[in-house]
Amino acid sequence: MSAEWGRLDARMIVVRPLNELIGLVPPLAALVFLGNFDTWRTVTSVIVVGLILSRGLLSWATTKYRITDTRVELHKGVLFRQRLAIPRDRVRTVDLTAKLGHRLFGLAAVRIGTGHHEKDREGVTLDAVTAGEAERLRRVILRRVVAAEGAPQDDGVLISKLDNRWYRYAPLTMSGLLSIGVVVGFLMNIAHELDLRFSDVGLVRSIFTWVSRTDVGEVVPVVGVFVLVLSVLASLVGYLLQNHDYRLTSHSDHTIRVQRGLLTTRSVSIEEKRLRGAVLHEPLLLRAGHGARVSAVTTGLHTKGGSSQLLPAAPREEADRVAAEILRQPHTPTAAPLTKHPAKAKTRRLVRAIVPTVVIAAFLSLMTVVANWPVWLAVIAIVLIPAFVLVGLDRYRNLGHALTDDYLVSRSGSLDRNTVALQRTGIIGWTIRRTIFQRRARVFTLTAVTAAGAGGYRVRDLGNQQGIELVDATVPDLLTPFLKH
Amino acid sequence: MGVSESEWGLRAPANLVSKRAVWQWTVQAGLVWGVLVAGLAVARHVLDNPPGWLGYVLVVAAVVGVVHTVVMPQWRYRVHRWEATADAVFTRSGWVTQEWRVAPVSRIQTVDTARGPVQQLLRLATVTVTTASAQGPVKIDGLALDVAARLVEDLAATTQATPGDAT
Repeated sequence: MSAEWGRLDARMIVVRPLNELIGLVPPLAALVFLGNFDTWRTVTSVIVVGLILSRGLLSWATTKYRITDTRVELHKGVLFRQRLAIPRDRVRTVDLTAKLGHRLFGLAAVRIGTGHHEKDREGVTLDAVTAGEAERLRRVILRRVVAAEGAPQDDGVLISKLDNRWYRYAPLTMSGLLSIGVVVGFLMNIAHELDLRFSDVGLVRSIFTWVSRTDVGEVVPVVGVFVLVLSVLASLVGYLLQNHDYRLTSHSDHTIRVQRGLLTTRSVSIEEKRLRGAVLHEPLLLRAGHGARVSAVTTGLHTKGGSSQLLPAAPREEADRVAAEILRQPHTPTAAPLTKHPAKAKTRRLVRAIVPTVVIAAFLSLMTVVANWPVWLAVIAIVLIPAFVLVGLDRYRNLGHALTDDYLVSRSGSLDRNTVALQRTGIIGWTIRRTIFQRRARVFTLTAVTAAGAGGYRVRDLGNQQGIELVDATVPDLLTPFLKH
Repeated sequence: MGVSESEWGLRAPANLVSKRAVWQWTVQAGLVWGVLVAGLAVARHVLDNPPGWLGYVLVVAAVVGVVHTVVMPQWRYRVHRWEATADAVFTRSGWVTQEWRVAPVSRIQTVDTARGPVQQLLRLATVTVTTASAQGPVKIDGLALDVAARLVEDLAATTQATPGDAT
């Protein structure tokens, strides 16, 4: 039995500060090369680095863990001593992450996820142990038996792996545009912190001069093409960083495992018993290119931060196949034929898409007349109205639900279309919500409450009759005593 | 207001909340609006040259505040209802937007009562029933103390009798 206390790897004293320093490299470099460098700042930086290092030392010295037959125990902390114990049958997921610093030293951080939302939201994290020990911990913790040292490696059955042709879906995810925004925001922030003036940088100044001297008709296409090219490149790089060497495997200990990443590698194990369904993500562009992403609905995983992702942007057929295999269904429930919602739902989608845009357009037009605001603001707002009509129509077209033998399926959205398949036995309650407009339109919004994933999944604007029948059919007997007849 | 439509398939939960809950909501809303309106009025007096629109905002806030404080509690009282059977907890809440919730007793994890300052004055309590979901617990607001205590006891007894980890 490995009831001995284990320690984090001593190399962590260096690795943790290293990981934190890697994040600090750009601002530090900027400080050294661009900032007005004075003694006061140098002293501060040295003190900060010293503090980070000693924190690494203390946290290594005070952290110990052990796995007994029944529990995973962790002791840590200097000023606030913490003693955490998780019953092993509460462990839902094990997530191994190795950042660049970890990789250099052959280490990995182990996060043990429980289904608890209220307490210890973070689960337990061991940051970090050797990659071998991490692998052993994963096997031991999830298999519920203490495995012998050096047991044969279980490679699992391959469900899906990265195909280089999938890179063509990367630009369709808009992630590039998003990361450009993040980088620009980050740079602005640093510049602000360091009191840099953009006009001091020659490149920025010449761009600014060009923009102010050139005709608008020329600037817009050039800037547009530039941003487009940049965002395509950024999304390809992002796809490479996150999904390099992606593999989805199923293992004999009834877990499925997702491995991916170039610099930071992640390996997430999900217990099949805890899987409550899957979500098919099809943002507008990706959908137009017949692509999709798949994520898991499960207890014990953060829904944010991508740890629930099962399949990165890939062809729709691959997404369907992966969803079907993960859920152990002959056909994926996310592709089940959907029942439409009543025509009133269409009116509601249109009203909700159009009214805000019309109000904004009217306001901007008014301000153009009254307060001399630039005309182009109002023009843009008015031009966008038809686009929002199309979005509203598409949202209604996508709206639908289905009930299969084991799953409740709900689809909604246009710019970000999602199809959720939720295991019927995983539903632990219902919420029925009706605004005053919905009551008049005889529709309601249903939320299937579950312990997994986001905690609740919505079916919007169901017809009154249709909706109550759906609720009663999905989980028999729960709502029956409260029906009128 | 509540359920006048005949084609709506759900019946109302059996029990009303305490009549004193009307006072609870009145006081709570009154306090919030009172502080807001008083703040605006003070600002208008203290500022040397208060902007012209401040007066309009003050009047609108006062009117909306009074209407909300008078109408909302009565409306809420007609909507808020609850019922606990051996198998499920069933609630209805809200006013303009109404919410019906049902949670099976077998999935209940904890049952708590909480009493805010206004509730303490009025001898009322809120019963919170949590399940394993992150979606938020089922709450029954404005129960008389003895009713709340009995409900908690009943639910605790039935919950303990049900095995499993409720996920």
